[in-house]
This record gives sequence, structure tokens and C-alpha cells, in this order.
Amino acid sequence: MNSQLIQLNDLGFSYDQGKTETIKGVSLDIPEKQVTAFIGPSGCGKSTLLRCLNRMNDLIDTAKITRGSIKILGQDIHASDVDAIELRKHVGMVFQKYNPFPKSIYENVAYGLRIQGIKNKDVLDEAVERSLKGSALWDEVKDRLKTSALGLSGGQQQRLCIARTIAVQPKVILMDEPCSALDPIATAKVEELITELREQYTIVIVTHSMQQASRVSDRTAFFYLGELIEYDKTNTIFQNPSQKHTEDYISGRFG
Amino acid sequence: MDNPFQKQLGWKQKKESIYLWVFRLCTYTIIAAALFIFSDIFIKGVPTFFKSEAPYVNTEFFTESPQILSVWHDQNGQEYSMSQKNYEQWVVAHPEKEIVDLHNLTASGGGILGPLVGTALLVFICMVIALFIGVSAAIYLSEYCGKGKLMSTIRLSILNLAGVPSIVFALFGLGVFCWLAPVITDVPKDSAAFFCRWFWTNSYLSFQGWGTSLLAGSCTLAIMVLPVIITACEESLRAVPKGFREASFALGATQWQTIRKSVLPFAVPGILTASVLGITRVAGETAPIMLTATMTEKSNLPWEQVEGPWSFLTQSVQALPFHIYTLAKFPESEHVKPMQYGSIAAFLILVMSFALLSVILRNRLRNKLKW
Ligand SMILES: Nc1ncnc2c1ncn2[C@@H]1O[C@H](COP(=O)(O)OP(=O)(O)O)[C@@H](O)[C@H]1O
Ligand SMILES: [Mg+2]
Repeated sequence: MNSQLIQLNDLGFSYDQGKTETIKGVSLDIPEKQVTAFIGPSGCGKSTLLRCLNRMNDLIDTAKITRGSIKILGQDIHASDVDAIELRKHVGMVFQKYNPFPKSIYENVAYGLRIQGIKNKDVLDEAVERSLKGSALWDEVKDRLKTSALGLSGGQQQRLCIARTIAVQPKVILMDEPCSALDPIATAKVEELITELREQYTIVIVTHSMQQASRVSDRTAFFYLGELIEYDKTNTIFQNPSQKHTEDYISGRFG
Repeated sequence: MDNPFQKQLGWKQKKESIYLWVFRLCTYTIIAAALFIFSDIFIKGVPTFFKSEAPYVNTEFFTESPQILSVWHDQNGQEYSMSQKNYEQWVVAHPEKEIVDLHNLTASGGGILGPLVGTALLVFICMVIALFIGVSAAIYLSEYCGKGKLMSTIRLSILNLAGVPSIVFALFGLGVFCWLAPVITDVPKDSAAFFCRWFWTNSYLSFQGWGTSLLAGSCTLAIMVLPVIITACEESLRAVPKGFREASFALGATQWQTIRKSVLPFAVPGILTASVLGITRVAGETAPIMLTATMTEKSNLPWEQVEGPWSFLTQSVQALPFHIYTLAKFPESEHVKPMQYGSIAAFLILVMSFALLSVILRNRLRNKLKW
């Protein structure tokens, strides 16, 4: 199998039936079990591109892929025999604003399994424990699994959202600015978690923090106005970018 | 030293207090009206619920249906007033008395049990129908359909429907539910618009209507509150944060699973508020039920003399608003007054307790489902 888990080929995307393109022909390959960061000034289409990867944009009526293709595990995800719902079980997502359901911690983590029809309590218990351990939350919440998730701190809620995502055992985890609503300590914990998750999952993370990208990611893609300007190893991007544009952005001269 | 913040007593200050008083008086007008209505009705109506001798509760008022009230004098000029049934017994029991000056007053004797249960049934069945259709439609409008031109037309017509006077709904209900709705029967009526064999059985599917009936009345009321219910439910569905839906979809849930588990439960408090609105509107409507469901005189209660659910649903019922309407046409007299005010007070209490129930339920849920 190809070690390039996700392959974008000249992808174009529009929010308004193709009148204007928000993503303008992006080609990049994302390798397996690595962390890939998307950086760029806000409004350049990072979130949009990320949401293309699990077909979240299907929920918007007027959204449309204008050209190109996305292949995940070698399969074109827009092929007519692909079910977006099945795709999302393999490509999970963590959102910018942590959004646990107003249910118990346990029910939040079990959600993805319950909708797959799993009712067996032992299976659920086991999965909840594994996922919470996997997201380094178990020790903090193991005594209050039945209490509301909304009683947790912001950082804990975001890690709960990550636990909820890994409970369905996806191949890929997409994270859209997962730390932008968190304080520095909570951010450090989530970053630590990302580094651990990297062993098992392929992670694509959008971030507006250059330091975060350099800390957690293996590869970094820099976008500007819907176009991919540069994509390389994170070290290369930050120390020796080939594009003037990238260098300007990274050194904080614009954006 | 001069006070730099010295109070000024000019025209500007006077204007301020005039504005304040205009607003204040307008508010007090509403409060005064409400106070007047409630105190007048309760002061004159609540005494009907009780009586001076044991068991102190006016059981007749709550356990009997409206009857003709007979009022008469005996030869000594003593006045009596009793429901017609009791009058007949009284005549037999007192052969020595002479009856002078006998009047019969419609619906002023007996009690309000018939209208009370009639209204409760109408409201209940109506809300079951309206909530089922209303919530489904609201789910479709807020979750499934897009934002196209067709949809804005549909929304506009729902809003327009909310403004249609109730007498128009009444006529619609009369035409459709009472005269045209389909029934399965062995003997179709001549008045049926159309009938044909019901598959291979000996029965017919006949479009002859449900007659003046509980079901026709409930359906008419349901159609009438649907716009209110749909609009309110749609709003409460939209108020559920988008993040819940996105998170659910991102975990591989289908549209219906998402609605079922992550949208609908959190919209329930709003839906209950909508039903309070609906109930208070429906319970008080007179025109629609007058044409489609009610009878002034009806000796048996809804559960008496019925064979099975269909005959239960297609019987006519009494209803409180219509009962009150009947009574209101009489000139106020000491004989009718207890019944008039008692009925109105009981009606207010019934509607208020329906509303209270939904409010309590909603608050309970809200505390449980806060986000
Ligand atoms: N749901 C949407 N409908 C229409 N336009 C959108 C929508 N979401 C984002 N956009 C537009 O697409 C562009 C890219 O947005 P986004 O992908 O959110 O940028 P980023 O995440 O890089 O800040 C922006 O100009 C934004 O206004
Ligand atoms: Mg974004």
C-alpha cells in the first residue's frame, strides 16, 4: 500500500455552486501516521480544505467540488459508491470550539459506538475506558463518568471531544484549531496528546499558531488565498522555506 | 463650595418624569385589566364550587352534565330552583304543593362534567395530532430542506395560515372532516361524495365525513394551531447549536440519528413552550368546535354508550367554551349566574393547569438539558 494516506489532486472547491473558488487547485499528499499542519492567514481556506477531507461540506447545499479529486486509502471519496457516513467513521474530526454533547461523559464517548448499533455494555465500557485513556483523560474523570460533560474545564472538554473521536477508531483525525479556545496549560496538554496519538493515527491539524505547528507537526502546508504555496517537512518550512511568501508569513511580516 | 452636581429642576427634568409616567400608566392598564377579569370571575365563580352544608363541595357541579334548570314558586310564594330531573322528583314527593310560575332555563342546571371532559378530550387529541404533524414538519423545514424558493414560499404560507380567522378554519373543518373525510363502513351514506369497495371485503371506503364529532373537532383545531406549532418548533430546533449536529455527523451518524439523538432532545423544552401556546389557543376556540364537534344537550358522557374506539372518536361532545357561549346569551339572573361564573372559572382553571403542566415539564427538562 501507498504510504500516502490522503492524496489531493488539483482540488477545487466552491461554496457557491462554482461561481467563486475557495480552494483553487490544491495538490498534496499526506503520509500515514504523521502529523500534518495546515497554516496560513485566516480566511485562506484551511478549515474548508479540512472539511473536504471528511465531506463535512456536503451539509452545505451550495457547496461543490469544482475540480480534481481526493483519495483516501486509495479510494476516491467522491465516487458514487462512497457513503459519506461510512467515510466519517474512518475520518474523524475535532472542532475549533469544543462541543461535547450536553450528556454524561460516558455517553459522549459512547455516542459514536451507539449509533453504530453497539449495545453491549461490556463493549461500550471497554471502549470508553480505552478512549479516555487514549486521550489522557481517564485519571481525571474515571470517578465521574456519569456526570455531565459540561462540568469539565475547557481543556478537558476538548480532550473529551478527542476521546469521542478516537472511540470509533478512525484512521485519520482532522483537527480544526483544536487549541484556539484554550489557555496555555490546556494547550500544552492537547499538544502532548497529539504527539502520542501520532503513533496510531494520521493527524491533520489546522493551526494559526506557528509555534504549535513547529512543535507538533512532521509536515507543514502553507496556504494563501485558497492556494497551496509551499508544502514540506516542518523543519524545512520553518528554517529554510523556498518561497519568499512563506518566509514572510512565518517571520510574522503579514497575516 | 458650590456643588458641581447640583440637581436641576428645569423643563428637561419634568419631561423625563412625564415619559416615565406615561410608560408606567400603560403598564398598569394591562395589569388592571387582568386583575379585574380574574378577580371578577373568581369571586363570582368559585363560590359555585362549594356549598354551605356537608360535604361543602358542590358535587353536582362536577359530576353532572348541564341540564335544564327549572325555576318555580309554590302557593306560598316560596321560590325553588332545581335541575329538571330533581324538579320531577320534587313534584312527586310534594303532591300538596301547587306549582306557580314555572320557567325552564336551558343548560343552567346540573353541572359541567360533560363540557369539561369534552374540552379536555378535544384539546388532548388535537395536541397529539398537531404535535405529531407539527414536529415532523418543523424537522423537515429546519433539518432536511434547503433554502430554495419553494421553501420560502412554504414558510410564507405557514405564516399566512397563522393569521386566518378561526371561523374560516371552522368552515374548512366542517367541509372536509365532517362531510368529506373517508370512513370504512358497511353501508355508505347517500350523501357520500364517493365510495368504493374496500379491497376484497364486504365493506366500503366511503367519503362521507365523520359527522359532528370529537375527531372532526380535534382535527379542525389541530389544523388551526399547526402554523403556531410549526413555527415555534422550527425556531427551537434552529436554536440547538450547530456544533451538536456537526459533532454527530463527524462521528458517522446519519441524518436521522443526528436529529434523534443530538437535536430533538434539546429542542423539547422549546416544543413544550409551543404546546403551551397551542393549548391555550385551542382550548378557548369556540367557532371551530361549534361547527364541527359540539352539542348543547347531550345526556351521556363520552365514555358511555360507545362501542370501540371509532365510535368513541366519532361521537359528538360538549365543550366548555360552547357551554359558556350558550349561557352568556341569557340575561344575567340570580338563577343562571352561579352556572355562568362557575363554568368560566372552571374553564380558566382548566386552561391554566394545562399550561402550568407544560411549564413545569419544560423547566424540569431545561435544567436537565442545559448547554
Ligand atoms: N459555510 C460557508 N459558506 C460560505 N462561505 C464560507 C463558509 N465558510 C467559510 N467561507 C468562506 O470561505 C473562505 C475560507 O474560509 P475558512 O476555510 O474558514 O478559512 P480559514 O479556516 O483558513 O480561516 C472565507 O472567505 C470564508 O468567508
Ligand atoms: Mg478556520
